[in-house]
Amino acid sequence: MDPIILQSTLWIGGIGLFSAVALAVADKYLSIPEDPRVGSVLALLPGINCGGCGYAGCADYARGIVLHGAEGNLCAPGGAACAHAIASFLGVAPVEVEKRTALVLCCGDDTETIRRSAYNGINECAAAQATAGGDKGCTYGCLGYGTCARICPVSAITVANGLARVDKSLCIACGKCIPACPRKIIKFVPAAATVHVLCCSKDKGPAVKKVCGTGCIACRMCTKVADGAINMDGFLAVVDYSKPLTSEKPIEVCPTHCIRKA
Amino acid sequence: MKPESPSDLYIVSSSPHTHSGESVERIMLDVLIALAPAFLAACWFFRLEALRLTFVCVAACLLTEWLCRKAMGRARAISDLSATVTGVLLAFNLPPALPTWMAVAGSVFSIAIAKQVFGGLGYNPFNPALAGRAFMLISFTGAMTTWSQSTWLQKIAGAGADAVTTATPLGFAKEALKSGQALPVFNTGLLSDFFIGNMNGCIGETSALALLLGAAYLLYRKVITWHIPAAYLLTVLAYAVILSLASPATAIPPLFHLLSGGLILGAFFMATDMVTTPVTRRGMLIFGIGCGIITMVIRTVKTGAYPEGVSFAILIMNAFTPLINRATRNRVFGTKK
Amino acid sequence: MQTTPSPFTFSGGIHPSYNKELCSGAPIRELPMPARLVVPLSQHLGAPAKPLVNVGDTVKAGQLIAEQNGFISAPVHAPAGGKVAAIEETLTAAGRTCAAIVIEPDGSQEWELLPRIADWRTADKKDLLAQIGAAGVVGMGGAGFPTRIKLSPPADKPIDTVILNGAECEPYLTSDHRMMLEFAREIRVGAEIIRQILGAKSLRIAIEDNKPDAIAAMEQAFQGIDGDVAVTVLRTSYPQGSEKQQIYSVTGREVPRGGLPMDVGCVVENVSTAYAVYDAVANGRPLVRRVISVTGDAVQQPSNLLAPAGTLYSDLVAACGGLRGKPAKVISGGPMMGFTVSTLNVPTGKTASGLLLLSAGKISSYTSQACISCGRCVDACPMGLNPSELSQCIEADDIESAEQIALMDCVECGCCAYVCPAHRPMVHHMRRGKALVMAKRSAAKK
Repeated sequence: MDPIILQSTLWIGGIGLFSAVALAVADKYLSIPEDPRVGSVLALLPGINCGGCGYAGCADYARGIVLHGAEGNLCAPGGAACAHAIASFLGVAPVEVEKRTALVLCCGDDTETIRRSAYNGINECAAAQATAGGDKGCTYGCLGYGTCARICPVSAITVANGLARVDKSLCIACGKCIPACPRKIIKFVPAAATVHVLCCSKDKGPAVKKVCGTGCIACRMCTKVADGAINMDGFLAVVDYSKPLTSEKPIEVCPTHCIRKA
Repeated sequence: MKPESPSDLYIVSSSPHTHSGESVERIMLDVLIALAPAFLAACWFFRLEALRLTFVCVAACLLTEWLCRKAMGRARAISDLSATVTGVLLAFNLPPALPTWMAVAGSVFSIAIAKQVFGGLGYNPFNPALAGRAFMLISFTGAMTTWSQSTWLQKIAGAGADAVTTATPLGFAKEALKSGQALPVFNTGLLSDFFIGNMNGCIGETSALALLLGAAYLLYRKVITWHIPAAYLLTVLAYAVILSLASPATAIPPLFHLLSGGLILGAFFMATDMVTTPVTRRGMLIFGIGCGIITMVIRTVKTGAYPEGVSFAILIMNAFTPLINRATRNRVFGTKK
Repeated sequence: MQTTPSPFTFSGGIHPSYNKELCSGAPIRELPMPARLVVPLSQHLGAPAKPLVNVGDTVKAGQLIAEQNGFISAPVHAPAGGKVAAIEETLTAAGRTCAAIVIEPDGSQEWELLPRIADWRTADKKDLLAQIGAAGVVGMGGAGFPTRIKLSPPADKPIDTVILNGAECEPYLTSDHRMMLEFAREIRVGAEIIRQILGAKSLRIAIEDNKPDAIAAMEQAFQGIDGDVAVTVLRTSYPQGSEKQQIYSVTGREVPRGGLPMDVGCVVENVSTAYAVYDAVANGRPLVRRVISVTGDAVQQPSNLLAPAGTLYSDLVAACGGLRGKPAKVISGGPMMGFTVSTLNVPTGKTASGLLLLSAGKISSYTSQACISCGRCVDACPMGLNPSELSQCIEADDIESAEQIALMDCVECGCCAYVCPAHRPMVHHMRRGKALVMAKRSAAKK
């Protein structure tokens, strides 16, 4: 055999063997032992690392549960099933979780609302908001530059015609979009709720009418047919999700159609 | 509700609200204007060949750019003139008799692989024209180093009056270097030929005079600064002076080093490509010095395969650009000097 | 008293077209009292003032209508006598909303002034500061930092140099220029009061060399003054009026990173602020009006107007003969650092030095083109930053890297965006990045 081939083979093989031994030794003597329960809890989590629980990913949350006594029901994507599995693994009573979804509380798209200025800048909501207070006529409504859609880890939010919408069937309720919205109009609502007031404007009726064809004008019609599940907060009708509201009457009576099914 | 017509609304934007008026298009147009004298010189020395190659390269670059942008679903492409500049620069780096299909292949590589794959203008790490040329030099080595017959050698002392060569001056020198022969003395009569562009070489690189005219325009328009070209040329000059002092018999005289090959074209038009070169003044000087050293190493090391090293020098330094930018940040106002 | 060219010039900067001739020759003119004044409660840096009047009250000109609310805050006074018609939210020039007291002037000329301090030379420093604070004087160059606080540096930061900022490097604007020409004596008195309060050895009046008449006016006004006083002539270059750059141009000292002018023994006051200090001390008049340049190619008759705080932009425009054509941009302030507004229904305040109306031909649009790394912004940045790299980091939401390469040192002067051939919204990126950094920092604190 050519000595060069032999030599190279021996050298490379030798280095490989030495490294393998070194790694094996390091693994045996230098590794930090981790509570085996962390791995077990991690296996129960969905593993999508959305960060919605407030921890830096699923492994961190698993460590939080096992080592620091964090609540076992913080995983929104995992939902009730996940919370139950964790509780039974840890041998504690399960805490009930209600399935939630994020919702954009605005339905004023570009057909219904006006713009008060022509924005020329970065395609990002906070940047638009910081430029003369945003270009939308309504100072409460969705700006439509899609910051929430870009931050959503599961692409559940789409922007169409200047308005962001959450697809309930995709939303994992991680909550990332909520602080991302500079106008703070994305809120968590119970996933089971179907009737929503899709407006955030606290302005009086005439002021709302000036800028939006589908804003809440504080006519109070809905409050009369909602059995106490819709109340007025100043000049804005707000759904009280703690009360059952399945009747679709409010949708029918709202003159500006800002109460919608979602 | 009917939205107000946007033209009735005041524009809102972040400050500032005024602008110098400069644009990418204008910069590219200036580069094209600056390349015009060299193009005319190329047409004079290489006749229809220059016209053919330039046309083919520009057309192929524009078409590739348009197709790429369309395929990627991105807006705006050929109107910024950058593909035109790439096409012209690539053509200037090709030998006159090169087959058309090769020029097309090089153009497609320049735009599609070296530029658009990275995201288009602004994102490409390497100078597209030079990347295209390097690709062609490796793929079509024979055709890329075949030069037309020329009589430039006649003026060299010691060569016969009927001496005809198909080599570039640098290729000729490299052969002599490799075979250990002493170089014939390059004399001053030849120097003026070199300066005007009467020698073998790529179509756009031969006429130092025309290129310097264009370079002066770029400097006047402040499209480029003196830093990279000066650092580059002075490094080459210094290196060549040291070599010729060390062994006068086997070294090309320093002035011939400056005027031969693609040095002038490279130093003023390609080592100054904004996208692929450093942004700080100190970084530009380092870039130029690096290009100079690598060029001379490739040109003068006996065992090297290539007689000319400008393209590779600039490409190699392109790779260092992010590092140089990092290392040469300006001092932030209010921090320690 | 002497005149010297500035011994230093900061690196970077730009030379925009100044367009000052539009109204630099227009003498200051008093605005006819508008029918309605919308006086914002936040015309300064810090907490908004707390209203002291109710709807329906009648107020006198100069009467305190909202009190200082906290340490960094300033009181607000009625700019004219009249009836309080409403207390409501208004849109401010910076694009935020804030509470405002709406006054309908009744034409009465009666003023409610503070007691004058005629003999200010022998007055106690504390009394002078209290007077300046009570008069609601704030920095009139733009930031609106309460002057009372600026003039009370801690004992371990002795001030040796007061710089009177008359650079007015913003294109188009001429309000400070006109003030220097028409109120030179008063500015001198204000400067002397400031110097006395701070116990500063040196006084420098910094003016760019494109305003020779202002230089001459200041030279004449400061004739015969004692101590180390000089008019420092700055090379015309934007941003010479920026505090840090100006201190460097005048003294060669660099305000350390994250520091304040007092860290290098300097205090910079705008010439209009000096006038306000004079007016507060010598006349007892609170800061309720200022000179504002209403200019640009989309206004009929560019003017320098003495306008009460709370004047709506629409009233300013009307006083200048109305619009000429359709403005594409309405800018509160100058073209380099001003804010665009979406309506003329916005009130002025103590810091509004200009209202600029530009037609479509005078403005440029931002694009989302990629950076071509030309390095012009690097050359232009007066803070020594790499705006190209910063903007790309922020675009990629890599805020940590941006912070590492000194994002927070950006002064938003706009030089980078001015020179950018790709027309990138550089300052917009910086602002967004800085907001994200601030959000991150406040989240970390919690």
